[in-house]
Amino acid sequence: MRLVAALALVGLLVGCRGDTGEEERLVVSAAASLSDVFAAMEEVFEDANAGVDLILNFGGSSTMREQILEGAPVDVFASANASTMAEVVRAGLTAAEPSTFATNRLVIAVPAGNPAGVRSLNDFGKQRLLIGLCAESVPCGDLARETLDLAGVVPAVDSTEPDVRALLVKIAEGELDAGITYATDVAAAEDAVEGIEIADDHNAVAEYRIAMLSGAANRESASAFIEFVLSADGQGIMEQFGFGSP
Amino acid sequence: MLLALAALAVVLFALPLVGLLGRTPWTELGSLLADPVVGDAFRISLVTSLSATAISLVLGVPLAWILARFDFPGQRLVRGLVLLPLVLPPVVGGAALLFALGRRGLVGGAVYEGLGLVLPFSTWGVVVATTFVAMPFLVVTVEGALRNLDPRYEGAAASLGAGRWTVLRRVTLPMVSPSVLAGLVLTWARAFGEFGATITFAGNLQGRTQTLPLAVFVALESDRSIAVAISLLMVVISLIVVVALRERWWRVT
Repeated sequence: MRLVAALALVGLLVGCRGDTGEEERLVVSAAASLSDVFAAMEEVFEDANAGVDLILNFGGSSTMREQILEGAPVDVFASANASTMAEVVRAGLTAAEPSTFATNRLVIAVPAGNPAGVRSLNDFGKQRLLIGLCAESVPCGDLARETLDLAGVVPAVDSTEPDVRALLVKIAEGELDAGITYATDVAAAEDAVEGIEIADDHNAVAEYRIAMLSGAANRESASAFIEFVLSADGQGIMEQFGFGSP
Repeated sequence: MLLALAALAVVLFALPLVGLLGRTPWTELGSLLADPVVGDAFRISLVTSLSATAISLVLGVPLAWILARFDFPGQRLVRGLVLLPLVLPPVVGGAALLFALGRRGLVGGAVYEGLGLVLPFSTWGVVVATTFVAMPFLVVTVEGALRNLDPRYEGAAASLGAGRWTVLRRVTLPMVSPSVLAGLVLTWARAFGEFGATITFAGNLQGRTQTLPLAVFVALESDRSIAVAISLLMVVISLIVVVALRERWWRVT
């Protein structure tokens, strides 16, 4: 019994930590590729909006979408493409029209030093290379296949990863020879990953959408966050991390 | 009071199953399960979970025997290592396997340089990941049974001239065989349901490394009804195996 009481106490202490002040929790579910840039925005936003505790929830856009469709208590959704957001809109779960707040280009990502000597999308058809793509259900996978289609390459895929960051890790570790990620992911991986540009006529552009959800508990802070992302300050941070403006 | 607590536990176990059944598209079930994605994942799951169980038997029983019958320095450390996969998040296990057996890993690097073999992204990689996660169930079960076994039976056999191997084969193993079988069922079930270590270490590719749990994960985001159909298939198979087989051998012990 004492053990149960002790466990319950620990649970209470941990659970209460966030609730002791009058902080309002604002939950933002965002595409995995936004991990670093939104984390950087968090500090700036919380400094400017005292009393709001921004909770960031990252994963594949489609994972986030499924959570929202199943009723997860999320205030703001930021997806890496228009179609994933469109499904949330169609389900009637958005409180306002989504806004496009950034764009992203695709690049070929290879481990530092490019040990397999990958040069272009054509190398993605080679059996001897270990090739990874995002799963088709996430925007980066959808766009990567579109890009390969445009280049007329049938990829010899060895792994389809659940989100772009999972793919990036396996490239950074040198376990995969090449993959297709966003330009910003390669920048975020710093020295572990190198990017090879994809020609514009083959490149599919990701359009990031953001919207307040109809279930938002704190509409005021939710719209404050969206306004911040769209503001000159927010756009400046997006640009620092390599995103294009809409 | 106790009854109410126990009932609450049962509700916790039963509720997700009810949720799954509520979402099941019964009329389309046949055509959904006929999807090639399901067949491929089923084949990979079957092959890898049975291989992991077989490897666990070959390696795990000797380990359980040594842990139960001998005192040696570092024994507690070895036992801790065996228990580690049980308490470690499978994703962490998968990442650790990648660092050790990946192409740039501690051991995997040398294997790749020497033999050109790459474990990650191969069906063997799935077997390694699931064995890592599932074998402890066998070792723990068998070790427990061996410890409860009266050592005088083995002593008697030895005094009659039986060698160590003969004693193990003719006396010890037959006496603990119900536990070995129960452990094998648990090991298989854990291997069959493995997700985290597999996707982290072996990746995800239909027909090569995509097991049923991975197929569910991917399908949840693209085709919900297929995900539900596979989930139901896994529940049915696991229930049949665990209820029918494990219960039978459990009673013997």
